[in-house]
Amino acid sequence: MQHTIYDKIFKPKTYTLSNGKEVKQRASRVPLVLLIVLFITIVSWEVTNVDLSLLRTRGYQFIVILTDLFPPNWNFLSNIWGPLFDTIQMSLLGSIAGAILAIPFALLSSSNIIRNRVLNGFFKLFLSILRTLPTLISALIATFVFGLGTMAGTVAIFLFTLSYIGKLMYEHIENVDMGAFEAHESMGLTKVEAFRYAIVPDVLPTYLSVSLYAFEGNIRYAAILGYVGAGGVGLLLDERLGWRDYPSVGMVLLTLMVVVFVIERISEYFRMKLT
Amino acid sequence: MNKSVQQQLEKAPNRTLYLSTIGIILAALLVWSFMGVNITGFDQRGTQIASNIFSGLFSPDLGFLFDFTSGGGVPSLLFETIAIAFLGTIFGSFLAIPISFLMSPSIVSRPVAFVTRLVVIFIRTIPSLVYGLMFIRVTGPGPYAGVLTMSLTSIGMISRLYVDVIENLDRSVLEAMTSMGCNTYEKIRYGVLPQLFSSFLSVTIYRYDMNLRDATILGLVGAGGIGAPLIFAMRAYRWSEVGSILIGLVVLILAVEIFSNKLRERLVNG
Repeated sequence: MQHTIYDKIFKPKTYTLSNGKEVKQRASRVPLVLLIVLFITIVSWEVTNVDLSLLRTRGYQFIVILTDLFPPNWNFLSNIWGPLFDTIQMSLLGSIAGAILAIPFALLSSSNIIRNRVLNGFFKLFLSILRTLPTLISALIATFVFGLGTMAGTVAIFLFTLSYIGKLMYEHIENVDMGAFEAHESMGLTKVEAFRYAIVPDVLPTYLSVSLYAFEGNIRYAAILGYVGAGGVGLLLDERLGWRDYPSVGMVLLTLMVVVFVIERISEYFRMKLT
Repeated sequence: MNKSVQQQLEKAPNRTLYLSTIGIILAALLVWSFMGVNITGFDQRGTQIASNIFSGLFSPDLGFLFDFTSGGGVPSLLFETIAIAFLGTIFGSFLAIPISFLMSPSIVSRPVAFVTRLVVIFIRTIPSLVYGLMFIRVTGPGPYAGVLTMSLTSIGMISRLYVDVIENLDRSVLEAMTSMGCNTYEKIRYGVLPQLFSSFLSVTIYRYDMNLRDATILGLVGAGGIGAPLIFAMRAYRWSEVGSILIGLVVLILAVEIFSNKLRERLVNG
């Protein structure tokens, strides 16, 4: 049993068993963890000016907006279709392009395919840095580079998909059983053929299912990208919220909910089939 | 290629038709989405801005990046973001506990579980920015609105993952305790809680990781954190400031991700 400083301060309990053996139970770490969590909570509480009484006195404002969302303004539906299709097209294009480009990135990051540590390290670092940027922030930057519109949103989704699928795939490829690959090679197949018959069948289902999952998530993200001017329904949300036209906001949210639900169901069905 | 190998490989089921159908559907979707997205290349202005951002990243405003003393530097903004995400996660995970019990079909009856599930789906679909705007009406702009938003948006994912943990509880432990004559309190304390605690904690830490990313964007609607200074700096074309904010953000998120992965690994391995 490993002894840390904690064990030296809080002595482990010793039990003597009936056969004379001594067993030690380390003191629980829970009080220490709770103390740390409590401390950070208090500090955060101060920093963020949390004031629960405000919630009691003005909390009804939230409920007011929430009830204003209903009943949704059905006449607004005709205005939603265009931006909605923009959103779907943005996330579709971004996801497909990202998923395709993720393949070379994942291969270059996998240490069992490309045996070059510098190259692996570089691409792994690149993917993680790309992944840290929240989609909305890359969309914000993209609107400055590509101008306002769907292109900026597509680029943001593309970058996120690339990093997400790239990371999951190199983790999977690195864990592939290389025995099959070696067996194929020993039977006289070239490296490319061995890769085609030994690695691809193993990786392909995961790749497709991860891509579908990324697409699912991207629809949600794409919905808010319009907020920074990157096209799609977010633009409508921003505009209607600004005008305090809450029934229309409710309609946008309702449509979004239905679309997300349907796409999730479809993709879930295919992912179930893949695994 | 060896002939016997070739023959063996050819025995694989032929799914050309199936695969080509999917391929055609995908291609059609791709063409459709190409039509919708307005492809614009780099124009003069865009290239200029892109190069400005890059030069900003490589020559950040160091005074701003390491400004620990006054309230407006990158460290204090990041600290505020961390605090928002932390409190939001704590509140969200506490709120998620009763909801997740109401959501698991093995604890409550099926209709109740179904209704709770619908409510959670509803909560989850509304984008966090919309909640942010709604809470700003309650609290006024500032980090407090961000905390409330985070608490509400965390509930969806946390409770869904909690439900998985609850459903996967090892019931044989409880049966063994019943046969030993333990009462309900003892069963919960020694049979249920130890199983739930570390998994719940692991889910919560994972969500904290995500909330930190979300907290950075809440600033865009004025709900505190580092998002607002970022958008102001960009609108004012102060690229070295943009560079220092982005550097601080990337370093923070990477550090928290590595830390939370280590922590969760230790929790899972005991």
